[in-house]
Amino acid sequence: MKILVFVKQVPDTDDVKLDPRTGNLMRDGVESVINPLDANGVEAALELKEKYGGTVTAISMGPPQADDVLKKALAMGCDESVLLSDRALGGADTLATGYPLAKAAEKIGGYDLLICGRHAVDAETAQTGPIIAAFLGIPQVTLVDSVSIDGEYAVCRRVLPDRFETVRVKMPALITVCSEMNTPRYPTPINIMKALKKPRYVWNSRDINCDPEMIGAAGSPSSNKEIFEPPKRNTDTRYFTGEIEEMASAIADTLEAEKLI
Amino acid sequence: MSKEDYTGIWVYAEQEKGVLSKTVFELLAKSADLKKKLGGRDEITAVVLGKSVSGLCGELFSYGAEKVIVAENDNLAEYSPRPYAKVLTALAEKYKPSIFLLPASAQGRDVAPRVMCNLRTGLTADAIDLDVDGEGVFVQTTPNFGGNILSHICIKERRPQMVTVHPKVFSPNEPVPGAAGKVITEKVEVEADDCYTVTDVTPRVFEGKPISDCDVLVAGGRGIKDEGDLRMLSELAQLLGGELACARPLADCGWLPHEKQIGQSGTTVKPRFILNTAISGSVQYQAGMHDANCIMSINHTAGAPIWDVSHYGAVADYTKLVPALIAEIKRRKSGNG
Amino acid sequence: MLINLTEEQKMIRDMAREFTKNEIEPRDKWMDENGFDFDLYKKVVDAGFMGINIPEEYGGGGGSAIDTTIIVHEFAKGSASEATFLDAHWMAADLVLFHGTDDQKKKYLPQACAGKIFAFGLTEASAGSDAAGIKSTAVRSADGGWVLNGGKAWITNSGVADYYIILAMTDASKGNHGISAFIVPKDAEGLTVGKFEQKMGIRGTATCELAFDNIRLPADALLGKEGDGFMMAMAALDGGRISVAAICAGVSEHAMTVAKDYANSRIAFGKPIAAFQGLSFRFAEMATDIKVMEMLAFDAAAMKDSGKRCTVDAAEAKLFAANHSLQICIDAQQVLGGNGYSKEYHVERFVRDARIFSVAEGTNEILRMIISGSVLAKK
Repeated sequence: MKILVFVKQVPDTDDVKLDPRTGNLMRDGVESVINPLDANGVEAALELKEKYGGTVTAISMGPPQADDVLKKALAMGCDESVLLSDRALGGADTLATGYPLAKAAEKIGGYDLLICGRHAVDAETAQTGPIIAAFLGIPQVTLVDSVSIDGEYAVCRRVLPDRFETVRVKMPALITVCSEMNTPRYPTPINIMKALKKPRYVWNSRDINCDPEMIGAAGSPSSNKEIFEPPKRNTDTRYFTGEIEEMASAIADTLEAEKLI
Repeated sequence: MSKEDYTGIWVYAEQEKGVLSKTVFELLAKSADLKKKLGGRDEITAVVLGKSVSGLCGELFSYGAEKVIVAENDNLAEYSPRPYAKVLTALAEKYKPSIFLLPASAQGRDVAPRVMCNLRTGLTADAIDLDVDGEGVFVQTTPNFGGNILSHICIKERRPQMVTVHPKVFSPNEPVPGAAGKVITEKVEVEADDCYTVTDVTPRVFEGKPISDCDVLVAGGRGIKDEGDLRMLSELAQLLGGELACARPLADCGWLPHEKQIGQSGTTVKPRFILNTAISGSVQYQAGMHDANCIMSINHTAGAPIWDVSHYGAVADYTKLVPALIAEIKRRKSGNG
Repeated sequence: MLINLTEEQKMIRDMAREFTKNEIEPRDKWMDENGFDFDLYKKVVDAGFMGINIPEEYGGGGGSAIDTTIIVHEFAKGSASEATFLDAHWMAADLVLFHGTDDQKKKYLPQACAGKIFAFGLTEASAGSDAAGIKSTAVRSADGGWVLNGGKAWITNSGVADYYIILAMTDASKGNHGISAFIVPKDAEGLTVGKFEQKMGIRGTATCELAFDNIRLPADALLGKEGDGFMMAMAALDGGRISVAAICAGVSEHAMTVAKDYANSRIAFGKPIAAFQGLSFRFAEMATDIKVMEMLAFDAAAMKDSGKRCTVDAAEAKLFAANHSLQICIDAQQVLGGNGYSKEYHVERFVRDARIFSVAEGTNEILRMIISGSVLAKK
């Protein structure tokens, strides 16, 4: 089985702020990590590999430091990695992100299952997976929390707000996975030591035959007019103070007044 | 084909088993607002797919649709990503709407990106506001990084401008019974997708009521250090006659199911009382609960944004304050007060 | 940092740090109250830490002294107990690695990697620093095997170990050079494990008395050459001391971090107490001392990796670290004022944990003998 898993590097916090002088994002001191749901995706891929055999290729698109998340994927146990890194790919919206990732999958070829995290925790659009599937002309199953293989089919359970659905999808197919699916394994030190010796590819937009009109800002129908911090709400907050016991007592008083206890 | 050739505001009339999603009505209301701001010439059209769904037209008109496109085919009886995407794409190419709004539901978020890709256009996800700027440009506001940063997005050239919107971001208008409009029935040709088969459906059983139905909520956030601490929050919730909920980080890491998540990408709640514990109070979280009647928060950081929305607050370590509070409440309940 | 970590080493460090934060640190208080944590130990095994120091051919990570130092350093930032457990296991496994026959290595090292716990037993109730004073004996038996008698005390991992590397006197007339090492499985007949010691600190490690009553061992239970036991043990301790220095650095950093968070949020006289120089200057001392501890530990590790003799460097690293870490933990406790006295605030546990390091794996006195001996002998 040939599995491709897509991973994104995201900031490790929701506390990203704007520089008041420039209006740009302040990335200093904000660590970058693998998108947690993509880590679930890598874990899912590795579990499938352990059960059914095959290979797992980790793919990411980003600036050179995005390689860190690929190293993590390799250290968890992926067999090889592909980094799409090219200035021409920068400034892309979701369409111009899904397109090169799909072209990379095309170049790799012979895939059975593509795995994406349900969404990335920075933008949360949840679009990249379906866009890749649309470009490749393959079926998609989103919101998956468990998957097994039955011959040519992947049997997936989807988690919907009010129900579970079991979907049989013929491969090649793309699935997006939820955090409930698994607990991503720690990269063992042994695997870390092996990771960097595994095959690692870096491709630019020409290597993957991208149409220049479809990548980067040129290929992005959406554009960001401006970014800003939301207006702060202002509520008069009554603070409880003192030692823990005093606070607990004062809170309980308030709860009694509000008829909650 | 230039953008001037595209006109009209579309709303995807998501339906399941013959019942329209309430978000559709919210989007129809917003469409009326957008139509006005855009100069009044865009027709508001609801697009509904299914096997026999023409009976839904009346409701769509009553909530503000001026036209309804009904696309019927046996193969559209149940939702399936590729057939639905194919039909919506073909319809959009035929009718050329300028704006296409869809609910950011499981179905909407599943099909919209495929349609957007087929049409090589832009799709703005989870917009929290839609507006028209001074130059007549349709602008969508979306949150990033947990909502601490907002973006104004526009899709300058490509059409239709696609947007998904969460439930309860907008409010529906009062339905006008007996309202009528134009119905276009499209007998679409579409094959079922042999590669995608739903073989089983099991209803989900939840612990407790949906959080949107709860009067009292105790919510935990990123600052909760240990999964075991959720037990004590749950105990506190029960003592107050309420239930446990959470901010996004605890759902993202799987400690609580997505259904317990409060926030823009989760559920919007309006309880009588909510206690936020170790929650920083990002914009997307606040958006999901700011209308609660009484908001109390515990957080060990004096500068956290949660205070902007809290009526009561304690700058304290929850691992110490919550057990003390539970003990105090139990004491009072047992009459030793 | 004098030492430039490689890509892999940075990844290992980050991974050990994450593992410590998520799995180890939350369990330290429990371990202090309940002892050895078998669930955590399983996670440590699954995460692949047990065989870092062992070559790949035996299923290990093929890691260097720098790699192991990185890991215990990170572990200690969450729990001195867990770091000590792992260090003791590695030390014992190292004895097999460096002195075992091919057969012994093939038999035992994969087990050490797979999670069987090893313990290293030299100290006895009446012999610690004076290794030649050990009373355990091993006598050749008629069938070429050995009969082991005596006992051990203060052995880390005793009571949970699968294998003990026991040092016993095989020829009392030769003093230190009459000591040999033996591999003893936990189920050996005649081996009795006493009750767990109630220690002041590192209570998450298992420490028991061992008693040997005519334990019959096969010939191949002898590890290394007869009479080489003392030399083997001393070399193993070099590695152990480097780890301990790193553990001290980790515990100190943990204590300083807890004190820092407290000082930044505790308000007195109208401001956070960190604003008062009397307190803030203390942090300057702590941070500087911690940095020195780290540098000494990693420098000694680099020395060990280069193949050069690192006995004095390891001793210097441990002496400095042991002295300063206890004081740092006490200072951190002082910052917390009255709350520092409460178990809820954790720092008192670090003080209790840190207390052992001026004694275990070479007392400060022994270390001073080693270092001064080296200094005074120089021309």
